[in-house]
Amino acid sequence: MDAQYYFKDSLIGAPEVPQKLLSNGFANFEYEKGNFSAGIRYESYLDPILGYDTRYQGSGIPYRYLRYNIGDLDVTAGTFYEQFGSGIILRTYEERGLGYDNAIEGFRVKYVPIRGLTVKGLIGRQRNFFSTSEGLVRAADVEWNLNESCDSMAGNKTQWIIGGSFVSKFQKDDDPVFNLPENVGAGAGRISMNSEGWTASAEYAYKINDPSGTNGYIFKDGQALLFNLSYTKKGFGAIFGVKRIDNMGFRSDRDATGNSLMINYLPALTKNHTYSLAALYPYASQPNGEIGLQLELFYNFKPGSTFGGEYGTDVNINYSRAQSIEKTLIDTVGNPEAIDLGYTSGFLMFGKEVYFEDFNIEITKKLSKKWRMHLLYMYLHYNKSVVEGRASEPTVYAHIAALELGYKVTSKKNIRTEIQHLYTKHDKQSWAVLLLEYSIAPNWFIAGFDQYNYGNDISAQRIHYFTGTLGYTRKTNRITIGYGRQRAGIFCVGGVCRNVPASNGFLMSITSSF
Amino acid sequence: MKKNILLMVLLSILLSVFNLSAQEQARMLPSVNVKTLTGEIFNTENFSNDGKPIIIDFWATWCKPCIEELTAIHEEYADWQKETGVKLITISIDDARTMNRVAPFVNGKGWNYENYLDANGDFKRAMNVNMPPHTFVLNGKGEIVWQHVGFTEGSQEELIAAVRSLLEKNIAEPVKTN
Repeated sequence: MDAQYYFKDSLIGAPEVPQKLLSNGFANFEYEKGNFSAGIRYESYLDPILGYDTRYQGSGIPYRYLRYNIGDLDVTAGTFYEQFGSGIILRTYEERGLGYDNAIEGFRVKYVPIRGLTVKGLIGRQRNFFSTSEGLVRAADVEWNLNESCDSMAGNKTQWIIGGSFVSKFQKDDDPVFNLPENVGAGAGRISMNSEGWTASAEYAYKINDPSGTNGYIFKDGQALLFNLSYTKKGFGAIFGVKRIDNMGFRSDRDATGNSLMINYLPALTKNHTYSLAALYPYASQPNGEIGLQLELFYNFKPGSTFGGEYGTDVNINYSRAQSIEKTLIDTVGNPEAIDLGYTSGFLMFGKEVYFEDFNIEITKKLSKKWRMHLLYMYLHYNKSVVEGRASEPTVYAHIAALELGYKVTSKKNIRTEIQHLYTKHDKQSWAVLLLEYSIAPNWFIAGFDQYNYGNDISAQRIHYFTGTLGYTRKTNRITIGYGRQRAGIFCVGGVCRNVPASNGFLMSITSSF
Repeated sequence: MKKNILLMVLLSILLSVFNLSAQEQARMLPSVNVKTLTGEIFNTENFSNDGKPIIIDFWATWCKPCIEELTAIHEEYADWQKETGVKLITISIDDARTMNRVAPFVNGKGWNYENYLDANGDFKRAMNVNMPPHTFVLNGKGEIVWQHVGFTEGSQEELIAAVRSLLEKNIAEPVKTN
């Protein structure tokens, strides 16, 4: 559970919180006996911590299920999380730290009729904070591992897995003007091949017309394609990925906003950074259209080699880019009777607008028995207007560098420091970060973390975002007490990573698992 | 308001004391499907190490303390295996966005663990894992006997100590065979 005591802070835009103290809490209970299992999660938002969707008001047991599993047959009644393929037409999941949860409540059956073949079927309504959606979701998925099923292929070095899925949602059309489709179907097919270190996988999805708030109520169909090729052997790895998304926002309520009621998941093809300045401008997939690619290399210089030194050196190079798809708008102005299809788009035609670009290189090295080092350089191009969905925001071009040093005082006592710098002339201009952490394994840590927006053009906005955290961990019980201003995002301090909302004030967090 | 905070601190300390005693009871692994790095479905019930201890480590490619932990263990893993016969199983909770990075990442680091993907967190939820890294130690019978959240340099010693204590117990009270 998290509890926060707030202070008014007009500098960083933290509003005054009349309740002063807010808290989020949840408790999971899982029980298993023989072929049966059951679980519930009690959640309470009194009132939701700032940064959470305010529709999470109150307490309840939104997650509860009963499951019967005899290996080949697996039946769930209640709330469940499911993913078909890479999730581009169906994925329900949760991220408690950010208050994201689109679980389905209903029935799910998984069945393995023959070895290597898995069939899934489900029906239900999605979670919408403390209620469920109006729209109904029905879906089925088949996955077939050819090598497991066919004895003639069993010993093959090359392994094939194919799959297909179908999702349909139903929502009544109450619109007085438009004739909106009540049943919207989407289908996807996927294939993956593995052979001696090589992996190639592809998934294609198609969705029929689905006018929604996300796409501006146009009647165009949607498509998505993901392709990934990788090669890996000991000490080396390489990845090449491409994706194209065209009008693939898919929610069980066509008018839903924010992160709620999404049926599918469109993964961003970009690296997930953890240094706070590298993660300052994170990318999110654009459901209405984007084309992107990613290239990545991993290499381990062996100990004793020129670059490896005494302990070896790890190098990681990553490049990713996302930009608009080509769109030719359809003019319906002179023809009010026509159905608004919005636009047409050539399948592999690039648009002109760059949404995001990230080139980064990371080096990890153990310098001696006492010292460890991690270096990051990153070039970033971030189209703030598009990614954050707000007009007339600047595009940010930035150079980011981070140096992390770890020093072993004794085998249990460690000092860790991060120095980060972000240089840019755009948005809020340049930032610097200093982190100091002292830990006594395995129980205690204390950390001080300062993000300083020193380069801001407006001198009153040159703010220190300082946070001090003290934590105690014993086995799976963890208590941290923090004070200061904190930005939203993945926060890795004191030996764990978690997603945190923005805040200012006292923060206490307790996590226990047993 | 300050009274409330104090009350909560007290309450939570009480709670965690209660948890410490509750977690001593042994528990088996739940039956959940994960995937191998080559995409095959694998049931967690089938994790085995021929009656020797297993370490299960939940991690992600975006979790730096997790990577530090697995790197620190990597330096000593050959010794650990020789001494205790322990096997380390990694469960990546990377989702569709980053799960394609896991195989090249693991190989790029030269790690010798047995690796699986839990892309939608099914195993993570069944094991009540909230924050990575989260490690479990299983005895030869597959019972969860120890767990820990988080990593700071040096805590790998506590982990291997938990594995060693299992072996000592085995000598003291040998497992009955029918």
